Amino acid sequence: MSIYLNSDSKIIVQGITGGMGAKHTALMLDSGAQIVGGVNARKAGTTVEHKDHEGNDVTLPVFGTVKEAMAETGANVSVLFVPPAFTKDAAIEAIDAEMPLIVVITEGVPVQDSAEVWAYLQGKSTRMIGPNCPGIITPGESLAGITPHTITGKGPIGLVSKSGTLTYQMMYELKDLGFSTAIGIGGDPVIGTTHIDALEAFENDPETKAIVMIGEIGGDAEERAAAYISEHVTKPVVGYVAGFTAPEGKTMGHAGAIVSGSAGTAQAKKEALEAVGVKVGKTPSETASLMREILQAL
Amino acid sequence: MDLFEYQARDIFEKHGVPVLGGVVATTPEEARAGAQELGGGTVVVKAQVKTGGRGKAGGVKLAHSPEEAEQKAEEILGMDIKGHTVHRVMVAQGAKIAEEFYFSVLLDRSNRNYLAMCSVEGGMEIEQLAVERPEALAKVAVDPIVGIDEAKAAEIVETAGFADDLKAPVADVIQKLWTVFTAEDATLVEVNPLVRTSGGAIIALDGKVSLDDNASEVRHPDHEALEDKEAADPLEAKAKANGLNYVKLDGEVGIIGNGAGLVMSTLDVVAYAGEKHGDVKPANFLDIGGGANAKVMANGLDVILGDPQVKSVFVNVFGGITACDEVAKGIVGALEILGDEATKPLVVRLDGNNVDLGRSILREANHPLVTLAETMDGGADKAAELANA
Repeated sequence: MSIYLNSDSKIIVQGITGGMGAKHTALMLDSGAQIVGGVNARKAGTTVEHKDHEGNDVTLPVFGTVKEAMAETGANVSVLFVPPAFTKDAAIEAIDAEMPLIVVITEGVPVQDSAEVWAYLQGKSTRMIGPNCPGIITPGESLAGITPHTITGKGPIGLVSKSGTLTYQMMYELKDLGFSTAIGIGGDPVIGTTHIDALEAFENDPETKAIVMIGEIGGDAEERAAAYISEHVTKPVVGYVAGFTAPEGKTMGHAGAIVSGSAGTAQAKKEALEAVGVKVGKTPSETASLMREILQAL
Repeated sequence: MDLFEYQARDIFEKHGVPVLGGVVATTPEEARAGAQELGGGTVVVKAQVKTGGRGKAGGVKLAHSPEEAEQKAEEILGMDIKGHTVHRVMVAQGAKIAEEFYFSVLLDRSNRNYLAMCSVEGGMEIEQLAVERPEALAKVAVDPIVGIDEAKAAEIVETAGFADDLKAPVADVIQKLWTVFTAEDATLVEVNPLVRTSGGAIIALDGKVSLDDNASEVRHPDHEALEDKEAADPLEAKAKANGLNYVKLDGEVGIIGNGAGLVMSTLDVVAYAGEKHGDVKPANFLDIGGGANAKVMANGLDVILGDPQVKSVFVNVFGGITACDEVAKGIVGALEILGDEATKPLVVRLDGNNVDLGRSILREANHPLVTLAETMDGGADKAAELANA
């Protein structure tokens, strides 16, 4: 088991012919993920050549639309490597095609576009991860995104994070234990899948024994997650929050990572998590140690 | 990006929001000419700073003639308001105000939609109103697809409790402010006060607009002209020109890393380590992103070494997609490019993809300024120690 993504997931790439799309299609194939094709309206009917994880040649079809790609390949996941100006339309196309899961990697999407896509998604069957995220990996099974698949393997830890590189760092710190699924939800002000969604899914996933939740300054997602944990999560959760030293009013890399007045500080998030019994590490390494202790005690 | 009041006024005017005449001035003479241009009557000279409370600080003054406008501008220009130096004033047409209201529309992160707020009690600080008299502040959710159409604008003025004769004209202005919000890709449009003049006109007297940087980049090339280039820190300006994501902070340990989250975390870890080493602090945030080649690394180091406060540098890279050998080559190449310019000790921590190769490249280069660290915590400690040496 895992959440959202497993070895049966059939993935297409929107933007498969672009630089990022091509590079990460190759890396996803190398992880063993089932990549079944791509979409680019202007290159419909062509193919792209790649290698699978055993080094065999793979010829992937490029379709004109997501709908066609789904009909021809049975794809149930789409990963978007589409420039920010076109991300909204690409996401809406996938939602209209009733793609079960879309993973939007693109950074720099206008926030009004994200808000519009989110509103459009309401009542529809699609789950969106991102934008501006590293995507999702179920080690040993599948990868939809840009997380390196070589860091670690399968294990009992579920991870949800706003940040890509902190996800990698945490997977590395706990590489001997392994992960059920690691999901990067992205650092933008408006995102699809939230900490709470992932916590709920991990709670219901029998393979996940404990959860690491990584947050950062900006917004109140961590505080809301804390409230959710106290009500609904029985599995142990370890937290980490980045940005204690961030000054007010300065965006720290991610569009959403900004302290506005007293809102969105790392301290407030840490306190909210600790108040509901989540152990919060001061550093990534301390967070990893806390997780180790918890797993040993289980 | 937050705009100045005069920029917000101009944008309002562009989208048909009723505003009073206003002219920006950077000298007292310009303020006088501006007052003349506005008809030579009563004007308000307003400090242009991106902070609140300027009225209380003496940054807003009434002038009854162009001469007086010049004199008031003289007094206001150069003032310090909450740490912001006043470089410009706006000379604004005077108005006879009968009533003051409040309106804003903003991105609501928590609910992933927009929130319109409106009150018939304008003028005061809205945070104060929200706390003291929350019932006086109407809060209405706005669907990003539907937006503020006629029905939504009517709902807003109804909820806020406007008098019947004001409902239609205020709703009309609110719809125009919604046009500003969408057409310019704002994350906040606030009017405080929105006024009714004694003549009965509804006018946006003071505006605050924040624009979404992502959208400005993607589809508003004209927004670049709105940037306050003088106010930017010179190092931040230099970094921006090189396409680097850099924020200047007040500390001694320069930080370079890949990925926003990891860099933020590195700042924290260095600050903790600094507690043991004379309380040194991180000097900056710098995310070099995924492809850390020699050129990017050299540009980054160049910016950081240009900060006279920096005593040591901590390079903290986790090789995810990026291979550590490429990063190591980047560091060695950067030090070659910089030559004698590089004078501060560098602590380098590499982990992840191709880490052994990366470390061996740095060991072979054996640069006298470079120290290799095994872990993030260890590297932070070493860098803090060197900054305190």
